[in-house]
Amino acid sequence: MSKEYDREFETKFQETTRLGLEVVKESEEDRLMTLSVGPQHPGSGHFRFTIKVDGDYIVYCDPDPGYVHRGEEKMSEYRNFIQNIPHLERPVIHDSTNITYSYSLAVEELLGIEVPRRGQFIRAIASELNRQVYTLYWLAIYGIFLGHSTMFMWPAGDRELFIDLLTALSGARVTHAYNIPGGVRNDAPNGFKEKCLQYVKYFEKRLVEYEDIFYNNPLFRQRTENVGILTKEDAINLGVTGSVLRASGIPYDIRKVEPYDVYDEIDFKVQYMKTCDSFARAYVPFLDMRESCNIIKQLLDKMPDSGEVRLKLQSNPKGQPGESYKRVESGRGALGYYIVSDGSPKPYRVKISVGSFRNILALPHLLIGSKLGDMPSIYWALNYWPVEADR
Amino acid sequence: MATAPKEFRFGNFVASIVWLVFWIIIIVTLVVLPLIFVILFYVPLPYAGDEVLTPYLFFSMMVDPTRTVPIIDFLIHTDLFRAAIFPGFAYAAFIAAATIYIERKFLAKMQLRTGPFYAGRFEGILQLIADGLKLISKEVIIPSGADKPLFWATPIIFVATAAAATALIPVAPGWVASDLDVGILAIFAILGFFPLLALLFSWASNSKYPFIGGLRALHQLIAFEIPFILSALPIVLLSGSLNLSEMVESQYLFWFFAVAPISAFVFYISSLAELERVPFDLPEAESEIVAGWLTETSGMIYGLIQLGTYVKLYVLAALFVVLFLGGWMGPQIFPQELIPNYTGEKIYNATVVNGIFWFTLKTFGMIMLILLPRGINPRIRIDILLHTGWYKLIVLAFINIFIVLTLIYGGIITPGGLQ
Repeated sequence: MSKEYDREFETKFQETTRLGLEVVKESEEDRLMTLSVGPQHPGSGHFRFTIKVDGDYIVYCDPDPGYVHRGEEKMSEYRNFIQNIPHLERPVIHDSTNITYSYSLAVEELLGIEVPRRGQFIRAIASELNRQVYTLYWLAIYGIFLGHSTMFMWPAGDRELFIDLLTALSGARVTHAYNIPGGVRNDAPNGFKEKCLQYVKYFEKRLVEYEDIFYNNPLFRQRTENVGILTKEDAINLGVTGSVLRASGIPYDIRKVEPYDVYDEIDFKVQYMKTCDSFARAYVPFLDMRESCNIIKQLLDKMPDSGEVRLKLQSNPKGQPGESYKRVESGRGALGYYIVSDGSPKPYRVKISVGSFRNILALPHLLIGSKLGDMPSIYWALNYWPVEADR
Repeated sequence: MATAPKEFRFGNFVASIVWLVFWIIIIVTLVVLPLIFVILFYVPLPYAGDEVLTPYLFFSMMVDPTRTVPIIDFLIHTDLFRAAIFPGFAYAAFIAAATIYIERKFLAKMQLRTGPFYAGRFEGILQLIADGLKLISKEVIIPSGADKPLFWATPIIFVATAAAATALIPVAPGWVASDLDVGILAIFAILGFFPLLALLFSWASNSKYPFIGGLRALHQLIAFEIPFILSALPIVLLSGSLNLSEMVESQYLFWFFAVAPISAFVFYISSLAELERVPFDLPEAESEIVAGWLTETSGMIYGLIQLGTYVKLYVLAALFVVLFLGGWMGPQIFPQELIPNYTGEKIYNATVVNGIFWFTLKTFGMIMLILLPRGINPRIRIDILLHTGWYKLIVLAFINIFIVLTLIYGGIITPGGLQ
């Protein structure tokens, strides 16, 4: 408001008060409506952010994570390296193989052991399958966030394919505890290779249908294209990772940049897009799923037919004092573990670096200035899993 | 585990029932029947058609069922019956109930699910009754600071408004509760009330999310009301009448869909917006504003609004059928006489039954078409909605108006039907 306006208003105000009427001056704040999105809001997850809207535009955003903090890092200091596995997978039960993968890699480096070759392949297959499970779950929620109920039901149903395969491997539906330091918990059952190939082939056909009904839908494109632009520079400055980074035109994939286990033997492309908008962030995980199918096929092809899958360790392994940092490409981006050991069976310090928390830092940057109707599409395209971010 | 009491004797059980029946017979013959006849002696008996409705008539009707024909004939031609039962509200509510079931099964098949399955023997056919009972038994929660009279009244007005719209729909020749000469204007006037009711309810809820939802409903009204009315204009030009029955009758040669397909498309899109269905369900957008203007509803208040919404769906599907698909017109497939060589009084009219059949069939087809986008589309944003309404649909509606005007002035089609 200009000063002239204020002076004009004050003279009017004095006149009206002389007449005995009460005038309340409208401030800039009165135009805004504060909305609390979460933790009970259907469009938030276990997470809350406060937004202020001016009409249909969001002018303020304050993310408030921490509703499901469980102290995983501190808990890890009281258990030995093997005992840590079942609770460390809790933050992302839909991607539980990947979150224990980098932990196992870090512990293996500390203990100075190497996983048998067949074990490495099975590990990679399990992590690819589990990334599919996570991405499908994410896509289902993205669908329902945009009001597309079929896109909720289809991925949620097709997720069962990969859950079936992982159940055959590990015996559990979601919390597999499959990766352990030294390899995987048990060998793949007979006929797993054929079953896996069959399922993946079916799923590739379904991906075409997903594209037809969802990604090529003009209404979906209208809603997400040129919405929530995160430029290359901003993406690097904000430190986002995973599909969000790749959607901003940076081909960065841990599987390619720092290949772990058998990924240097696999031939695959890093999927990325240069449009930097919400559509790219929604489409890159889909492209990743398609690429992941290729990776699974190659892994199945190159996997040795027999051999050890697990290095026999003592039940309470001890390593040399030291530290290690290993990361893998999870469904949400780089997922790293920094472990410090003082030579005892328990880790001295465990620090989990997750993709979710780094991606959510971009939320206020993207939301401010966008429309209220774009809030779900921007928020969930950031590939954020609230429970993982809170650890 | 047995559920019978310890001292259970079957003989005692039978005896107690016999004892009960005995007392009922005694009391009915000695007290109730004399009382009824005493009352009947003083109360003037009502007339139905030519006959006086006496208790004795009931006995004679049991012997000779043809005696019921004039009474039924009289009853189905009363205004109350028309408004409340057949072309009016009960018929619409029945179709609405069928629509809810069909929608759930249809959507489920599209999404590789089964849908309702357990209530009722066949494919969960009683699911709606179970849901209705649940809604009735639930507590109605009114938020603190809500405008209580409005909060209670709005859902009832919502259903009443939907019912008012059903009274204007001609179902068969002569079968319409209120045959207005400005029928189409009246229907648009009634449909214009719904967004206002949404706004009223959202204001009464005293909550932020309903308020945003109500405002969105109002935006939708502004965006789609004009193309909606403009899309009906070619039909008015073609039939030369504002009366819905006459519009149907002027389609006896061909359906107006043949000359006004663009208008039909605009009408279809606008009715989706009017019904707040996907992709235009912005006022109820769940992930943005919780449940929009329905956020604070619970129990039977929610049930009433849902009933009103689905009755409205029937009205718009029926209106599409009346305007573009020839209403009750269709080949005669019912026989002229139900019982051959029957010479007594009749209530069966082959033309009317045929009209009802075709009308209902077409309406259900149209309802399926309205349900379809829910399975394949996401929600659109409010600025795209306004853009669609103002720029695209109005232009399309005008194009069809010009086409129809050209046809009329070119002498190809005469206004007032094809004489």
